[in-house]
This record gives sequence, C-alpha cells and structure tokens, in this order.
Amino acid sequence: MGQVTVRVPGALREFAGGDRLVVVDVPAGEPPSVSAVLDQLSDSHPALERRIRDETGALREHVNVFVGSNNVRDLERLATVIPAGAELIVLPAVSGG
Amino acid sequence: MTNYLLAIGTRKGLFTATSQDRKTWSIERAPLASDEVYAVGIDTRRATPRLLASSFSNHWGPSVAHSDDLGKSWQEPEQAPVRYPDWTGSALKRVWQLQPGRDGEPEVVWAGTEPGALFRSEDGGVSFELVDGLWNHPQRAKWSPGGGGLCLHTVLPHPTDTQRMTVAVSTGGVYQTTDGGTSWAPSNRGIRADFRPGDEPEFGQCVHKVAMHPDAPDQLFAQNHGGVYRSDDGGRQWASIAEGLPSDFGFPMVAHPHRPGSVYVFPLIGDFDRRPADERARIYRTEDAGASWQALSSGLPQEGFHPAVLRDAMCSDGGTPAGIYFGTRSGAVFASADEGESWYELARYLPDVLSVRAAVLD
Repeated sequence: MGQVTVRVPGALREFAGGDRLVVVDVPAGEPPSVSAVLDQLSDSHPALERRIRDETGALREHVNVFVGSNNVRDLERLATVIPAGAELIVLPAVSGG
Repeated sequence: MTNYLLAIGTRKGLFTATSQDRKTWSIERAPLASDEVYAVGIDTRRATPRLLASSFSNHWGPSVAHSDDLGKSWQEPEQAPVRYPDWTGSALKRVWQLQPGRDGEPEVVWAGTEPGALFRSEDGGVSFELVDGLWNHPQRAKWSPGGGGLCLHTVLPHPTDTQRMTVAVSTGGVYQTTDGGTSWAPSNRGIRADFRPGDEPEFGQCVHKVAMHPDAPDQLFAQNHGGVYRSDDGGRQWASIAEGLPSDFGFPMVAHPHRPGSVYVFPLIGDFDRRPADERARIYRTEDAGASWQALSSGLPQEGFHPAVLRDAMCSDGGTPAGIYFGTRSGAVFASADEGESWYELARYLPDVLSVRAAVLD
C-alpha cells in the first residue's frame, strides 16, 4: 500500500478535521492518478472531496489541483499521474473570488 | 411571549433577526461560510424549529445545512445533502428553494434545484433524493435557463392532497403532478411568452414565482417575466391580473397568510430596466384576487430608490396581523408589522439580499 499526501487549503480544513495535510492510501504498484487519489478521498473525507469535484467527477471550475508545482489542467487533468513522493496540492483559483 | 424570527440569506452569508415585538430586532450573522444563500427555510412543524439554508460557493460548490438552535450552530451531513444520481450525468449547481412539506408529513422537505429538478427529503431536510418523474419529463430537455440559471424555484405542495403539487421552473413554466410526482404536466395555458415568436407555448414560459393560500389551493397567483396571472382552477387556465400595477414585470409573489385572494408583489419597470418605477419603493397588494391593487409605501423610501427585490426576498411571518418583509439588492431589509400598511427599515448595509423567510415562534 502506498500513500499520497494531499495539502488542504485553509478554507477547507474544517472538512479535514482541522488538518493541513491528509494522507491517502493508494494501492501499491503503479503510481496513482489524481482521480484515484480523489476517489480515495471521497471515501475517507466526502465533505472535503465534493468541494474539489462535483458528483459527475469533474474538477470544480474555480479549484486548482497541483501535482508538485504543476497545475493538472496543464497536464493530463485528473488523469495526471502522481510520481512517487509528490504531493497533491489543492488551492482556490483567483478566478473564483 | 411571542418571538419572531427572520432568516436573511445574502450574497455573503446568512443573518438571523429576532424580535418579541416586531419593532426592535436583534440581528446576528450566522456562523456559516460567506457564501451565497439562495434559499432559506424555517420548519416550524418540529418540536424545535429547524432552520435550513442552501449555500453556494463559487470555489467549493453548493450545499445545504440545517440548524436546530435557531441559527447558532449548523450541521451539514458527511455525504452530500443534495446529489444528482449518476445516471443523470448532471451535477448540482444551486439549491433555489427549501420548502417544508405538508403538516401531516413532518419529516418531508422539498428542494428546488439548478439545473431544474425537484428533490425530496424524508429526514427533515438533512438529505434529499431526486424526484425521478419530473427529471424524466420529455419536455425538460427543452427547458432553457433564465438569467439566473435553469432553476426550479417554487415548490407548492397541495395542503391536503398528498398526490398533488405545483412547481415552477425558469424557464420551463409551471408543472403539476396529481399522482405524487410520478408524472407531471405543464400548466401554463393563458400565460404569454413575449420572448419567443409564435403562438402561446404549452411550456417554456418564464415564471418567476407562484403563490398559493392553503385554504384556497385551487387559486394560484404567478409573477412572470412579463405578466401577472391568477388561476381559479388549480392551474389549468390562467388570466392576467396585471391591470392596476405600474408594471407586469417583477420577481416575488407572496400570499397573505390568513386571507385567500390577497397577495403582494414588487413591480419593476421591465426586463431591460430592473428598477422600481418612479424610483420609489412600493409594495403592491391586492385584496380581491387581482381585480384591484393598492400601493403600500408608508415608511418606505419615496425618492432615489433603485434596487430590485429578488424572487425569494419577500415573505410573510404568518403572524396576526401579518408581518411582511422584503430585502433589497442593496442590502436593506424593510419590515411591516401591520400587513404592509406601514414600513420601517429593519436592517441596512447587509450584502445584497437573496432570500428571506420569517416565522412566529411561540
């Protein structure tokens, strides 16, 4: 079993038990995709996950997700693979406010 | 001692106001996020009144929360309270209406949503399920969004017949069921749609709000996007009652809580100038089901008044005499403790007001 760390923005920490970091378990073997990590997050922290994706699985318009320093919208979106050791960082987009 | 509660949903969070005399009010900001509160509900059927509030964050999306201590603390379930089933391929944008059900069904609460759908809760508004029958209506695919979005904004359960209900969608029109929500039919005959060519359509009218008094459930009143109407046969046929109003455009339509045939509206100049006529704040009330209208403005601003009143930003408290309240897009709330005869400013400098609901709490 591997693990990916999700960095939670301040506005969402109340849905992460007040924590800045949520560690998500992922299957051992191939590096997981962003979708796979968010699927796990949906099981462990559903109120957090639904603020990142809607119920169709789409990333919310004004939420940005980074793998390391790269915005997944500039990569393979939710299919982006997370390399070993990289963090998943969730941030509100400036376009939303 | 009588206690009055007013819930005020704004563009930036929820406020509650409480009073024992409807003269002086204590206003508090609810401990919710600074999100858009399009719908509020006060469910007085419970031993402890429950407040319901929908929220929409531009970043984090929509949700519904409830409070059982008059707004001091709020709960949201771990799982999404309103969720479109996977088979719909759709996602919730906003909840536009939170309507407690019939007295005989104390755990039932209805939600009207965007994209246009109806949801039912059987746990007092904590979690909701899609009403498939309306979603599967073949005409739904031809509904189109109004300026605010494709919203189901009005839910009127028949007060005694559990099989009957009226809903309204902008822009789809009025729809009704007589079999508990399994099947639905459009109910717009007599309502014009100036924004499209051709004959009067079966559906697609831009209804802004519908009101009904529970003692006269076959008499319905509608404020449309151009047009004010009444039906005396439960919605089968509508007729204009706009004569006597300065304009037939507006958003809210509120029924007097005790007198069938008495409703309140807030006319705006028109579609392309959504300000009150003559730059004055005036509520219009009919006491004869729309045969005549009376302007009510004592105590309201009489010059230089420009803000509109949105569809759910006017309500009654159900008291005796009836208290009437409306909030403006400029963040003011005006109140009348005498059925609209005289008014005073209850709050100012709030964020723009999206929704208000009031109740008498014994």
